[in-house]
Amino acid sequence: MKYWQLPQAVEEVLPEQASAMEALRRDLLDLYKCWGYELVFPPLIEYSESLLTGLGADLDLLTFKLTDQLTGRTLGIRADITPQVARIDAHSYLKQGVSRLCYAGTTLHTHPKSLMASRCPVQVGAELYGDSSEQADIEIIGLLIETLRTSGVGALTLDIGHVGVYQAVFAAAGIGEQDTDIFDALQRKSAPDLEVALQNKPPETREWLTALMNMHGGIDTLARARQTFGSSVPAVSQAIEQIETVIKALSVVAQDIDWYVDLAELRGLNYHTGLVFAAYAKGAGQALANGGRYDSVGEIYGRARAATGFAVDLKTLLAQGRYQTNSQGGISAPSIMDTKLESLVNDLRASGQIVIRALLTEHDERCDREIVLIDDVWTVRPIGNKTV
Amino acid sequence: MLTIALTKGRILKETLPLLAHAGIEPLEDVYSSRKLIFPTTMNGVSLVIIRGTDVPTYVRYGAAQVGVVGKDILLEHGAEGVYEPLDLGIAKCRLMTAAAVDAEPVNGKLRVATKFVNVARNFYAERGVQVELIKLYGAMELAPLMNLADEIVDIVDTGNTLRANGMTPKEAIADISSRLIVNKAAMRSHHEQVSTLIDRLKEALTRDLIGD
Repeated sequence: MKYWQLPQAVEEVLPEQASAMEALRRDLLDLYKCWGYELVFPPLIEYSESLLTGLGADLDLLTFKLTDQLTGRTLGIRADITPQVARIDAHSYLKQGVSRLCYAGTTLHTHPKSLMASRCPVQVGAELYGDSSEQADIEIIGLLIETLRTSGVGALTLDIGHVGVYQAVFAAAGIGEQDTDIFDALQRKSAPDLEVALQNKPPETREWLTALMNMHGGIDTLARARQTFGSSVPAVSQAIEQIETVIKALSVVAQDIDWYVDLAELRGLNYHTGLVFAAYAKGAGQALANGGRYDSVGEIYGRARAATGFAVDLKTLLAQGRYQTNSQGGISAPSIMDTKLESLVNDLRASGQIVIRALLTEHDERCDREIVLIDDVWTVRPIGNKTV
Repeated sequence: MLTIALTKGRILKETLPLLAHAGIEPLEDVYSSRKLIFPTTMNGVSLVIIRGTDVPTYVRYGAAQVGVVGKDILLEHGAEGVYEPLDLGIAKCRLMTAAAVDAEPVNGKLRVATKFVNVARNFYAERGVQVELIKLYGAMELAPLMNLADEIVDIVDTGNTLRANGMTPKEAIADISSRLIVNKAAMRSHHEQVSTLIDRLKEALTRDLIGD
């Protein structure tokens, strides 16, 4: 192998893509700023204990680790920024009321998280702390929708669920941590495997869990769930009401969204506490964005806080190929020193124009205009136009 | 548009009648044609016919929304990114360990030849047995005969091949049959089409049971 080749699933971003990526990053951070989200830059590296608790419990294998030469403790290179932001809210930036934070940065993964995924994704996201009401869920999902609109992703399916549903059903049915076969079958929505896993359970448990597995589909799923569990597992109703409130509120601002309700999705089983959601674009094989509530996570860092948020990967968003930046051509300036020319060049650059000195008297190929001296005045004109 | 990835060979033969019940029939003979993509009698639905190991890959990437593949392949390559809503109950067999009839107990590391290295690794690890895995692509039965391995992990149907080579099946690892798999994103974006397909296939399965 040639020494200059990059490792698998590690890539560089070349000019055209890089400018789109940076433009999108700025667009998104500007969007969050306008919504009142404060930008933070968590460090690239932290003690792995801190990175891998709570939200990070599933990230152990995904996190690169090394030994801290100063303390001998293990450091992790962040595989996800969300746990860091949760730590910041719990420990470093102690706001009493609601706190809105956002971030953008590179993460590293020991292996690609999904097919075709990069091992160095650029994670962008927003987190809302200190409010456990549906209003916070609505705001965060609304911001996610705006994020995807800004990225030009097009037709969207928003998947929405609530861990309260399966938690209530598990509790009522006496399903616990040891029932890994059942979790595994549910996660794969595998009816045959679930049947096997439930073999030795009482009939009611079997009936409930089989029903739970099929609780996904259009908005009518909520009515089905209420009918099935409404009387037998009352805690389910509360979760369903929350989903309904959120969908109703967001439908006003997002008529073009397809809703998909999935009450059996166990993603983030270990840390999610309430409403969870994911966004899918038409034709994409995987989710573009994931998010949800993780109210209990702050407690691990010493301060229990209501929390919800989402994250997207810039590289995945750009790979959808729908984001439009206005790429403007440059202006070629002769490389001679002249006070008047200099002041024109400075003015143009100050107004955001790209002005490139024509070294060796050649125009840079990105230039579509040039500065020429016409009647003793430095003038901008299209390249190749001899008359103006 | 819905693309269904099917596994070549025996599974294909047993899948086509089920699909026919769901109103999906290839417009030309899949056995004689050299094509890889087949339009069907159902508008907007096409079939691709590929090797079993490739089916989960096509479905995971979303190149095909739905697939039919043996459970052995899902166990070996993982089921990440796909749902497995239906057991089609076809191409049934078992994933087993096997050894020579006259095999002596092995001291130290057991040498195991198999195509299913991940399944074998997990199976022996759960039992606390130290093994050396040897990846082979076919004719597992040959490995113990040539003293390359002490045991094999392989698909056993009738057991005739094992017997013909002086071997005997030992422990069952899993019952295998073909599964319908669905891309997780497609379950959302093609929900109507996919759930109709699942329902029709279920019907076809119960009808077959009654027919038996």
